Amino acid sequence: MKSKEWIADGNNYSLRLYVAGMSTLSVEAITNIKRICEEELEGRYELEVIDLYQRPSLAADEQIIAVPTLIRKLPLPLRHIIGDLSNKERVLVGLDLRKKKEEKVE
Amino acid sequence: MTKKLIVDHVHIEPMEIQETGEYNLEGLFIRLAYAIDSIGATRVVLDTMQTLLGRLSNPAIIRAELKRLFIWLKQKGVTSIITAETGKDSITRSGIEEYVTDCVLILDHRIVDQLSTRRIRIAKYRGSSHATNEYPFLINVDGIISVLPLSSLSLDHIAYEERIPSGIDELDEMLGGAGYYRGSSILISGTAGCGKSSIAAHFVDATCRRGEKCLVFLFEESPSQVLRNMRSIGLDLEQWVSNGNLKLLANRPTRYGLEKHLVQTIHEIEEHHPDVVVFDPISSFWRDDQSLEIEAMLARIVDYLKTKGITAMLLNLNSEGEYMEHTNSNVSSVIDTWLLLRNIEQNGQKNRNLYIVKSRGMSHSNKVREFKITNDGIQLSDVERV
Repeated sequence: MKSKEWIADGNNYSLRLYVAGMSTLSVEAITNIKRICEEELEGRYELEVIDLYQRPSLAADEQIIAVPTLIRKLPLPLRHIIGDLSNKERVLVGLDLRKKKEEKVE
Repeated sequence: MTKKLIVDHVHIEPMEIQETGEYNLEGLFIRLAYAIDSIGATRVVLDTMQTLLGRLSNPAIIRAELKRLFIWLKQKGVTSIITAETGKDSITRSGIEEYVTDCVLILDHRIVDQLSTRRIRIAKYRGSSHATNEYPFLINVDGIISVLPLSSLSLDHIAYEERIPSGIDELDEMLGGAGYYRGSSILISGTAGCGKSSIAAHFVDATCRRGEKCLVFLFEESPSQVLRNMRSIGLDLEQWVSNGNLKLLANRPTRYGLEKHLVQTIHEIEEHHPDVVVFDPISSFWRDDQSLEIEAMLARIVDYLKTKGITAMLLNLNSEGEYMEHTNSNVSSVIDTWLLLRNIEQNGQKNRNLYIVKSRGMSHSNKVREFKITNDGIQLSDVERV
C-alpha cells in the first residue's frame, strides 16, 4: 500500500509488516500501522504486509523471531519493531518519528 | 550433494527493538519449521536460550513461548538440544528446565590449582535410570570429548581362567604354581630401591617374549633410564621396543590434571591395544589434599583395564617408616594380587624379601621369600631366612 504521491527520497518511509497468518494479533497490527501511517506519514510511505506462513524463508532472511514485526527498511538504519503496534508512542520512537521522552527538548 | 546441515544465526539486536504491544514468537517457529523441513532435519540444536531470553523484555511471553516451543519440537519429531546458562539457585538462570521433559545435563568448569577441570552430571533423564554423580570430562585437541568410562563401574568383569607367567619361575610357584591371572590387577609395593621396577621388568619381558604387547607408563624415570637399568640386570627390553611389542611412555604427574592423565592413559591404551599395562609408579600422583580423587582415578583406571581384559600392574612407592601394608584402601580393594617388597637390615647387610599379601582366586604362598637382584635378573632364595 502506497500513499498517493510516493517519492523515493531520504524522507520517505519504506515499511514491511511481517505477520503470521491472519490472527487477531496480525489484524490488530495491520489496523494500527495503517492508521499510524496515515496520521504521521501522509504522502511519504509505502507499506507492505507479508504473511510469513506464505513466505517462510523470509523469517530467516529478515531475522524475525517475534510476530508481528515491523521493519523500517528506509530510511536507514534498519529498525525492528515488535508487537501489535498498539502503543503508538513506542512505534513512533521506533520509527524515529518522535524523540524518546528523555531527549525531548522542553 | 544434499544439504545436511543448516546453521542459522538468530540475531536480536537490542538497539533496534521496540516492544509495542502483544506479540509471540511464532516467527521463530516458522523459521525453525522452514529450516527443519528444507533438509528433513532430525536433530535441532538451539544455542543458547540465554540470548533469546536476554534480549526480549517480556518474561511472561517468553516463558509461555518456550513451553510451547519444547512441545512443538517434540511434536515435530526432532531430537533437540538446548543450551542455557546455569543459575545460582536453579539449574538454569531462567528456569527453563521446568519445561524440559526428557534430559537435563549440567556442565561445570572449575579451576583447581591452576588446572582446569570440567565436569558433567545428569540431573534428569526421564524414562531411564542414570548415574547421578559428577564425572570429569575433557575436550581434546581434536575436539573429541572424553568422559570417564561409566560402564566400568558395575563390577561386571569377566574373570579369566588363564594364567600368565610373571617372568620369575619361583614367583610363579608362589602364585599357585602358575603365575598371575590374565586380566587381573597386580600391585607391587615397597620402599625405594626394593626392586619393584625389576619385578615389573621381568613381567614385561615375559609378556613381550610371548608375542603379546605391553604398555608401560613411567612417572619418575625416562624410558632410556629404565632400559639401561634393566639391561644391567640381564633383561634386554630394547628388543621389544624395536619389534613394537613394548612401548614406554614417560610423563610427569604434575604436567596435567588428573582427568587429563586418565584420558591420555585411556587414549594410549586404545591406540596400542596392549595385553599388559604397567604404571611405574602410581605413588607419583599422591597428594594429601587430593587423595580421594586420586584413589577414584586409579580405581577407574583399573576398572577400565579389567573391562578390557588387560592385565594391570601398578607399582607403589611406600615412604620409609610407612606402615608397610598401608596402601590407600580404595586402590587395594580393586587389586587382585598384592606383592609386598621389603629391605631388611640384618647383620649389617640389607636383604631383600617379598611376600604375597593377597592373591584372589588362587592358593598362594604365604612365605616371606628372600631374593636377590643379580646380573641375571631376580633370583628368589629357596628358604626363608629367619
